[in-house]
Amino acid sequence: MQNWPMKRGVYESVKLLRQFGLLSILVLLLGACGNDNREKMAVRGRQAQPVELILNEDGRPIPAVLAQQQELHRDNGREPQTLDPHLVEELPSAQILRDLFEGLTAESAEGRIIPGAAIRWNISRDGKTFTFYLRRDALWSNGDPVTADDFVYGLRRSADPATASKYAQVLLPIENAPEVLAGDLPPSELGVVAMDEFTLQISMRDPTPYFLALLNHPSTFPVHRASELAHGPAFTRPGNLVSNGAYILNEWVIRSRIELVKNENYWDSDNVILEKVIYYPFEDQSTALKRFRAGKLQWTSGVPNNQFKWLQEHYPDELVISPWLGSYFFGFNLEREPFIENPGLRLALLLALDRKLLTEKVTQFGELPSFTLVPPGIRDYVSPVPEWAEWTQAEREAEARRLYTEAGYSEENPLKFEIRYTAGENNKKMALAASSLWKQLLGVQATLLNEENKVFLQNRQQKILTQVFQAGWISDYADPYSFLNLFRSGHGRNDYGYSNSLYDALLDQVASERIPSRRRLLMFETESLLLADVPFIPLYTYVTKRMVNPRLKGWKSNVMDHHYSKDMFFLKAASDEEPVSPEGDIEALLPDPDQGLIPPLQMKETDAPGTEVPQDDVTDDGTSPPGDSLK
Amino acid sequence: MARHALWRLLGLIPTLLMLITIAFFLMRVAPGGPFDSEMLLPADIQANLNAKYHLDESLLQQYFRYLSQIAVLDFGPSIQYKDWTVNELIGQGMPVSLTIGLAAMVLAFFMGTVLGITAALRQNTRVDYSLMGVAMLGISIPNFVIAPILILILAVYAGWLPAGGWDWSIASMVLPVVTLSLPVTAYIARLTRGSMIEVMHSNFIRSARAKGLPESVVIRRHVLRPALLPVISFLGPATAGMISGSVIIERVFSIPGLGSYFVQGALNRDYTLVMGVVIFYGVLIILLNFLVDLIYAWLNPKVRYDNKR
Amino acid sequence: MTTNADHPVIDPFAAALSVSHIKGRSPWQDAWHRLLKNRAAVYSAFIMAAMLLMVVFGPMLISWEPDFTDWDYTSTPPSLASGHWLGTDAVGRDLLVRTLTGGRISLMVGLVATLVSLLIGVSYGAIAGYFGGTADRIMMRMVDIIYALPFIFFVILLMVVFGRHILLIFVAIGAINWLDMARIVRGQTLSLKNTEYVEAAKACGVSDWNIIRRHITPNLLGVVIVYVTLTIPQVILVESFLSFLGLGVQEPMSSWGALVSDGAQDMESAPWTLIVPSVFLTVTLYCFNFIGDGLRDALDPKDHL
Repeated sequence: MQNWPMKRGVYESVKLLRQFGLLSILVLLLGACGNDNREKMAVRGRQAQPVELILNEDGRPIPAVLAQQQELHRDNGREPQTLDPHLVEELPSAQILRDLFEGLTAESAEGRIIPGAAIRWNISRDGKTFTFYLRRDALWSNGDPVTADDFVYGLRRSADPATASKYAQVLLPIENAPEVLAGDLPPSELGVVAMDEFTLQISMRDPTPYFLALLNHPSTFPVHRASELAHGPAFTRPGNLVSNGAYILNEWVIRSRIELVKNENYWDSDNVILEKVIYYPFEDQSTALKRFRAGKLQWTSGVPNNQFKWLQEHYPDELVISPWLGSYFFGFNLEREPFIENPGLRLALLLALDRKLLTEKVTQFGELPSFTLVPPGIRDYVSPVPEWAEWTQAEREAEARRLYTEAGYSEENPLKFEIRYTAGENNKKMALAASSLWKQLLGVQATLLNEENKVFLQNRQQKILTQVFQAGWISDYADPYSFLNLFRSGHGRNDYGYSNSLYDALLDQVASERIPSRRRLLMFETESLLLADVPFIPLYTYVTKRMVNPRLKGWKSNVMDHHYSKDMFFLKAASDEEPVSPEGDIEALLPDPDQGLIPPLQMKETDAPGTEVPQDDVTDDGTSPPGDSLK
Repeated sequence: MARHALWRLLGLIPTLLMLITIAFFLMRVAPGGPFDSEMLLPADIQANLNAKYHLDESLLQQYFRYLSQIAVLDFGPSIQYKDWTVNELIGQGMPVSLTIGLAAMVLAFFMGTVLGITAALRQNTRVDYSLMGVAMLGISIPNFVIAPILILILAVYAGWLPAGGWDWSIASMVLPVVTLSLPVTAYIARLTRGSMIEVMHSNFIRSARAKGLPESVVIRRHVLRPALLPVISFLGPATAGMISGSVIIERVFSIPGLGSYFVQGALNRDYTLVMGVVIFYGVLIILLNFLVDLIYAWLNPKVRYDNKR
Repeated sequence: MTTNADHPVIDPFAAALSVSHIKGRSPWQDAWHRLLKNRAAVYSAFIMAAMLLMVVFGPMLISWEPDFTDWDYTSTPPSLASGHWLGTDAVGRDLLVRTLTGGRISLMVGLVATLVSLLIGVSYGAIAGYFGGTADRIMMRMVDIIYALPFIFFVILLMVVFGRHILLIFVAIGAINWLDMARIVRGQTLSLKNTEYVEAAKACGVSDWNIIRRHITPNLLGVVIVYVTLTIPQVILVESFLSFLGLGVQEPMSSWGALVSDGAQDMESAPWTLIVPSVFLTVTLYCFNFIGDGLRDALDPKDHL
C-alpha cells in the first residue's frame, strides 16, 4: 500500500535538514570556486604566447612568424544597426564599415592620417577648396575601378534628405550642404565636383582645417552606384554589397555573426594578412569575456566593469587599456533651481569631489582625472588648466565648504537635488560615489534616479526635470571643436542650458579660422571661458579596455580607438615552434604558398633585431651573434 | 466539440484587432522616440527621419496605415535595424526561439511530470523530499545566476560545450535549453506532485482501490488524467512565454532569438519591430491557448458539456 | 416505566455522557492542528520569523549605513578585521546591511504584489469559470490579449505617468502576474462547478455569489496556495529584472534580486557579493515553499487521516 505519512514530524525534519544540506553544499561549491581553484582554472583559459615578432624592411612581418590560420574572431558590442555607410550612427556599425570601405583619407594603425583612396591632395590658399587625386589602381570588390564619380555619388547621397542620414552633419562644412540637408537645394548642388575620372574637388563654406580628419568617417564613404540602384535597401546584404576596402561582406546572420573575407581586388591586398574576420554581437560583457577565455574570441570590445584587479592578476598579457578621446562629466541644468545663476555653488560641488579616489576606487581602469572639457591626446592642443586643478584636494575641499556656506547652505539647511543617470555600470557607481562624497563633505542630500535610456535623454533635452545628470562625449574626430560645440546656445545636445553670446562668438571664430596657431589660441580661450562658467563638472577621461589575444599583432593603441583589421595579423604560438633564424633557415626565405606572400629577399644579419639564435650558432669565443634580448 | 473549436477560431480576429490596437497606442504613449540619442540631431534631420517613417502623421492616420500594411502581412521596416524589414527579422529569429522554446518545454514537461509523479507516489519519503528540494532550487536561483555558472564550469573550465553562440549544432543548444527549462521543470514538478496528491486522496480513487484494481492501473487510468489538468492549463502560457524567448538566456548565451527584440525594441522605441513581435507572439499565444483548451476539454468531459450551454 | 425521579444508576451515567463541556472543532481548527504537526512548516515559520526580525531590526543594530561608502575597503571579502562581516561591494558598502535592507524591499514586493495578484486573479478566474459561456470566453480572451503584450510597456507607462513610487512597482508587478492565477482558478472552477454539492446548493436556492464564496473558493484554496508559493519567487525575480532595466527600486535602496544580479556579474572576482544575497533569497524562498506545502496539506479537506 502507500507510504501513509506516519511520523510526519521526524520525516519533515529530515527533509528540512536535507534541503539545507543541499544548500550548504551549494554554498561550499561556490565558495570553493574561491582562491586556489580559481588560480588553476583561470590558467586553463590562458592564451598561448606568441613567437618573437620579426619585421622586414617595409615594417611588415616575415612569413615565418605568421600563423597558419589568419582568422580573427572579434567581439563587436551590439549588433550593428546598419551596414549602409550613410546611415551609420553607432560604433559597432562604424567598426565594420571601416573594414569594408575606404574613404579619401585613411588612418594608420597609430591614427595618423594617411592617403586612402586619394593618393594625394591639395588645399587652396584660402583653405576653401580641396582637390583630391585618386589612386588609379583602386578597384571595387567586383573589379570596377573606383572613380571620382563614386565619391560624388556617395557624398550627394549622404547629404540627400531622402536618405535621412543622422550623421550627415559631418558634411556641413561643404558648400551648400546646409541647404541640401534642409531640402532647399537638390543634392546635385552640393559643393563636390568630379574634375575628371580620378580627380575630385570639394568646396567648403569656410576654411575647415579639420576636414581631412572627417574624411575617414563612414558618412563620406563612396558607394557603388550600380549595385545600390539595382538592389535598393537590400544593397547591404552579403552578395549584393560591393565595397572598396580591404574586405568584402561574406555572410550576415543577424545577431549571430558577420563574416568578412579578404577583398582580392583591394589595391593593397598584398599587405592584408588576415584572411577572414568574423564579428560577433554581444550584449553582455561577461559572456564575451567567457568566450574569450574559452579561446573562441581573440578581441573583445570591453571588459566587465568591476573586475580590474582580477583581470590584472589572471590575464595581464591580454588586458589592454589605453586612453580614449572622450570625457565623462556631470552636467548642470542651468535653467532651473538651484543651479540657475549660482556659479559659486556649482564650483563648490565640482571641488568637493576627489577625482583621484573616484578613478582609483570606482572606475579602476586607469581613467585620468580631469578638470577640463577636451581630453588630452589631440595633437597640438593643450587644454587650459583652471587654478583649482593645481591645488591639493584638501584645499579644494576647504574652498568647496566655503562656497557652499556662502551660497546659503549648511548642515541645517542642506542642498537637495536629483542626480539622473541611465543604465551602464559605471554610471551607477559614479552617481553613488559622487552623492556619497558630497554627503560626507558638505551634507548635501542628493537623490539618485536611474532612468531608462530614452526617458533619460528626453528629460535632459527638455530641461524641465533635470538638475544634475550624467553626461559624456566621445568625439567623432580628433579636434577640440567637436567638444566645444556641445555648449553652443541652441545646440541640439546642449542639455545644460548654457547660453553665452561671447562663447558663441568665439566658437564661430574658431570655425572660420584657417591658421592653425591662431585657431589653437582661440580654442584655448573658448575652453577657458567655458570652464570658468562651470556649466558642468568634469570628472575623468575615458579609457578603452579590452582583452586581446597575445598572438594578435599589428594593431596600435590610438586615441580614437580605430582598429583596422587590415593592419592585424596572428603570430605563431611559441609552444609549437622552433626559433626562427634567418641565416640558418632557408625555408623561411622561400615563398609560402599558403600565405600568398612574397617574403623579403636578402635577410642580412644586422637587419634582424631580436633574433633568437639556436645554441649551436654560438661563436667560438662564447658570445652569441648580435641581437636584442627576446623581450 | 467541433463547433466549440470553430467558434474559438472565429474569435481570433476581433481578439487580434484588440491586441494590435492596444499595443499600438500603448507604444506611442511611452515617452521618448526612436531617434533620441546622445548625438546631436539637427531639426532638419529629425524632420527627414520622421517623414521617412511616417511619424509626422497624426496618430490615427498612422494607425490605419499600419492596419492596411498588416492586412497584407507587411510589418514594415525596422527603425533601429535599418537594413532589415521586420518580416525578415522575425523570420530569422523565430526558428531559433521556437526551437529553444519547444525543446525546453518538452524537456520541462517530461522531467517535471516524471519528478512530480515520482515524488507524489513516494509522498513524504526521502525521495519526495530530495526531488522537491532540487525542484525548489530551480525556482529559487535566478537563471541569470545559473547560466553564467554553467558556462563557467562547462565551457570555460572544462571546455566541453561552447560558451554561448548559436550555430544549430546540438552542442550549442544544450546549455540554453537546459537553463531555460529549469524553472519551468520545477514549477511543473511541484504542480504535478500537488495535483496528484490531491487526486489520490479523492473518493473515486479510494473506490477504485477498494474495487481491487492494481495500483498501476489506478494511477494510469484514474489518477493521471485529472491530476494533469492544472499542468495542462499551465502549459499554454508557459510555452508561449518560453518561445518568446527568455531575454536573459538570449543575452547571456548570445542567442539570436526573438526575446531580446521585445525588450531592446521597447527600450529603443522601434515601433515596427515591437509591433511585429507582439503580433506574432499574440497569435502564437492565442493558438496555443486554443490548443490547450481543446486538450483540456478532451481530458475533462465536464468542461465540454458545460461550455456548450 | 422510568419517571423523572432521580435514578441512582442512570443519572450519573447520563451526566457522564453530556458533551456540553467538549468544544466543537471547526475545519479551520482541524487544519491548524495539522499544520502544527508538520515540523518542516513550523521550522520554516520560525526561520521566516527570524528573517523578518533580522530584516526589520538588523540594520538598526549594525553600525554601517547601507549607503555609506567605505573607501578603504572596496570589494573586500568577508572578514572580522575590516568590520565588514560579510564583505563589501564594489563601492565599499557593507554587504550585510545592504542584504538586510534589501530583504525589506524583497519581502515587501513578495507580499504586496502577490496579494494584488491573488485578489485580482482569484476573483477574475472564479467568476469567469463559474459563469461560463460567453462571459467566460470574453474574460479569457482579455487574459490572452493582456498576456501577449510585452509587460515592460505596461510598467514603463505606469512608471512615467505615476512616478516611480515604490508601492507603484509592487502594484504594477502584481497587476501583471494575476493572469496565470486567473487561468488556473478558472480551470479548477469549471470542474468544481459540476460537483454534486454545488448542484445541491443551487437546488437549495443558494445565490451564485454565496456558492462562489462558500463552496468553490475554499476548494480552490489548495491549488491557489501552491500557486501563491510559486508566485512569490516569481514576483521577486521580476522585480530584480526590472531593477536591472532601471525601473525597479531606486539606488541606494536595493533588493535581493538586484543584489544577486549585480553579484552574478562578478561571480569570479567577488563571489561573496553573489553568495550572500543568494543564500538569503534561497532560504526565504525555501521557507515559503515549506509553509505553502504545510498549508496545503493542512487545508486539503480530503486528507482526513
